[in-house]
Amino acid sequence: MSTQFSHTDQPPQPFSPGITPIGGAEPLMSIRDLKVHFKQAGGSLWDQFAGSARSVKRVVKAIDGVSLDIFRGETFGLVGESGCGKSTLGRAVLRLIEPTGGQVFFRGRDLASLSTRELRQQRRHLQMIFQDPFSSLNPRMTVGQIVGEPFEVFKLARGGDKDRQVNALLETVGLSQRFNKRFPHEFSGGQRQRIGIARALAANPDFIVADEPISALDVSIQSQIMNLLERLQRERNLTYLFISHDLRAVRHLSDRVAVMYLGKIVELAAAKTLADEPLMPYTKALISAVPIPDPEIEAKRRRVVLEGDVPSAINSPSGCRFHTRCPYTVQACREVVPQLIEIKPDHFAACIRISPAQPDITQVAPDAVPGLNHEALECTVKVVAH
Amino acid sequence: MNSKTIPSTDKTALHHDTLLSIKDLRTYFQTEDGVVKAVDGVSFELKRGETLGIVGESGSGKSVTSLSVLRLIPQPPGRIVSGEIFFAGQDILSLPFKEVRKIRGRRISMIFQDPMTSLNPFMRISRQLMEITKLHLGHTKAQAYKHAIEMLERVGLPDASTRADNYPHEFSGGMRQRVMIAMALSCEPELLIADEPTTALDVTIQAQILELIKNLKSKTGASVILITHDLGIVAGMTDHIVVMYAGKVFEQSPTRELFARPGNPYTKGLLRSVPAPARVDGEELYQIPGLPPDVAHLPPGCPFAPRCERAEEICRRELPPLVQLTPDHHSLCHFAEDVYAQSRRERETRAGISVP
Repeated sequence: MSTQFSHTDQPPQPFSPGITPIGGAEPLMSIRDLKVHFKQAGGSLWDQFAGSARSVKRVVKAIDGVSLDIFRGETFGLVGESGCGKSTLGRAVLRLIEPTGGQVFFRGRDLASLSTRELRQQRRHLQMIFQDPFSSLNPRMTVGQIVGEPFEVFKLARGGDKDRQVNALLETVGLSQRFNKRFPHEFSGGQRQRIGIARALAANPDFIVADEPISALDVSIQSQIMNLLERLQRERNLTYLFISHDLRAVRHLSDRVAVMYLGKIVELAAAKTLADEPLMPYTKALISAVPIPDPEIEAKRRRVVLEGDVPSAINSPSGCRFHTRCPYTVQACREVVPQLIEIKPDHFAACIRISPAQPDITQVAPDAVPGLNHEALECTVKVVAH
Repeated sequence: MNSKTIPSTDKTALHHDTLLSIKDLRTYFQTEDGVVKAVDGVSFELKRGETLGIVGESGSGKSVTSLSVLRLIPQPPGRIVSGEIFFAGQDILSLPFKEVRKIRGRRISMIFQDPMTSLNPFMRISRQLMEITKLHLGHTKAQAYKHAIEMLERVGLPDASTRADNYPHEFSGGMRQRVMIAMALSCEPELLIADEPTTALDVTIQAQILELIKNLKSKTGASVILITHDLGIVAGMTDHIVVMYAGKVFEQSPTRELFARPGNPYTKGLLRSVPAPARVDGEELYQIPGLPPDVAHLPPGCPFAPRCERAEEICRRELPPLVQLTPDHHSLCHFAEDVYAQSRRERETRAGISVP
């Protein structure tokens, strides 16, 4: 399970969360032990200038050792609450944020080791759709210029040919060609999101990171954009990393879903499995917190309401990071960092209190920590050591 | 669960009187683009102890309706053009300004979407809480401070007696919303208006805040107006729902009835466009076509007609009437009865399938 890579251009070895790939494909993107740490200056300005002991830098571990494979043609959902690192992960895989450690293999090449120029060429295949359709479009450029820019940057088309392709793209995302000469402020949120999608498609990418693409939109527009993303995926064989806090949308769009908490993946499974039979107490709480638009179901539901807030990523809790809010915490949870292991076939969870023999945490004997007994023990000891 | 719900129905039976009644309210805004009819002929009633949900997309007029109740419409450009707002028998719109101020925060209070912008960043939260009770209840400083701590404890702020002297920025979003709720409830208002109270919060925090509002409501017996775009939230929280679109009430009904038998194509579309908990493989999500209307330039006839799959000639020409489907279920649609009948049939077939 703990795979290590020191040589950057070596193709990644199969990683266990490699659930039945769609059509038996190889992973399009493999993330290995990715880390993004932000340094934050501590103390007052004076302390920092004077170099006093109080100016000790604090480290925000936004991503702390994430490994996963994303297969061609699938939608990989990433859910979690704000501050869990899901957006940072989306940016780090495209190297919009430089990772502190780890590798991101795209078609077998490590993006982290590419030069800026090589990276630019690869970026053609890697695009992004942003959350805020207001700030992600240049207000001084017309729609035609915005959508046409990737053609120029990557030298794909010019002149009339480019215009024809831009018009075709606008049609594809459901906008009229007439909008070509207009500016972003003339459009509603949903239309702007379509412009953002057209721009992401312009370079004909393989892989798109969609970071909360629907959360800023009205309910009736959300379903339009979700359907559009699905149709484009079918037509163009796209692979999505779909980042959202909206579990309903993630469940609807994704093939597989990973749940993040404070910089780590805590559970990973097929979307349906995760929604119907979650293993982790955190995932259960997350799912039970989502209101269901049916009064009769709501009246009968028993909700797991979590106590407290998400702790800060600066001083993230020791051991299992969820132990401060988990109803099943025992002493070992505070000490041992759980590893993501396969609890059921193709269903991974990071919890030392469950095991393949007893995956249901509500049935686990009090104080039992089966996750500590197996090979997981070696990994955990290693992690605790450094 | 059942043992919990019975006393609350008893309570509503006890106070069966109307707390708030709005009749044909029209709030317009004068803009460069022309007159925006943000609220255009809205009527509804709220009984004591009840929770009413107002559902709508951006620009539907749901927030302007609630701001009108508190007379918080910026004037100019806004103006309450006509209509009646009766709160506990008092005509809010004809009250002198001084009297309105006595109601705000005392008998009707409001919490907003963004707790950071609605708290004063330069004041300790204890002082912000004390202001209200000193003003409305005539508390002395000591009384007000004691009351502030009590309120913060009631809304579940951990370590309230020490945290009370912190500034807003020292709290997380969820905690700030708790502080706002403490402030809103400190004079035991008869009506709490919550305008998208959880939209800026994470799901687990949203669940905490909704649970808190529910508990406090059952303890104090306050009525609540919950304004939201999320049908999931109103499903579990409300007794009645008002669906708004383009400044108009499109449908109003008891909550269960609305979800079970919607009588308006817009409501139906909204309900269908939320992803179901279990997806049928390969099935596309239902989508309402088109865009929400530009309220400054509404089409003649029904404002939803350009997006409505049921729309006919008459819809584009004439504004539909508010059709009464049952004594407390109304729908603004030329074909309300057909849509309702169809919903009933669908409901029956669904029930028929699930029974065996």
